Amino acid sequence: MRLAEIKVDCRGQNCPLPLVETRKALKKAAPGDVVEVTGDHPASKKEIPMAVKALGLELLEVEGEEGGEWRIRIRR
Amino acid sequence: MADQDKEMTGADKVTIIVHSGDLDKIYSALIIANGALAMGMEASLFFTFWGLQRLKKGGLEKGPLSKMNMLGLGRWMVLRRMKAAKVASLEKLLADFKELDGKIIACSMTMEVMGIRKEDLRGELIDEYGAVGTYVQEARGSAINLFI
Repeated sequence: MRLAEIKVDCRGQNCPLPLVETRKALKKAAPGDVVEVTGDHPASKKEIPMAVKALGLELLEVEGEEGGEWRIRIRR
Repeated sequence: MADQDKEMTGADKVTIIVHSGDLDKIYSALIIANGALAMGMEASLFFTFWGLQRLKKGGLEKGPLSKMNMLGLGRWMVLRRMKAAKVASLEKLLADFKELDGKIIACSMTMEVMGIRKEDLRGELIDEYGAVGTYVQEARGSAINLFI
């Protein structure tokens, strides 16, 4: 089976959309798929990892400057 | 809901009584409910009284502001600022809520008192029609209960 890499672009979106779009993408993903979310909503940079933990999924990477654009990678 | 998703959501639940039909309060209810679903909880919205008016066909975005409505001027200003801040529309938030398996209950007593017929409501969004017993059943298993 080939694992997919799903990209979600949340740049310019405000609360609660980055969280919601991330959750929607994870719901559609198959186990093992990687979801990569890009955004610039500051609170979501810390809240998406909180959601990932609550969902029991694997947080692969969080990168980005303070207050700028960020990229979060999650394994379903 | 698929089994794999059940595993992801766990048992935590948020139940919100949507009593107000005010625009800003409908926003609060839908943002909290969507946030809860996004963070792996279940979410139920119990629409009653003025809140139920918002489930009428064409009614979702029609509420006034709870404060400083100023005959619609304050409402217009707030909506304009929300648009500038790229806040999602209520229709988008409601569609997301349903896509993430959020549950909507319509209060049958309100329908009777206010003369609202089933065909007046957006039935495709409503999972259940119920009274206080239905709400209590939802609420007793919920970690978070809100009245908005």
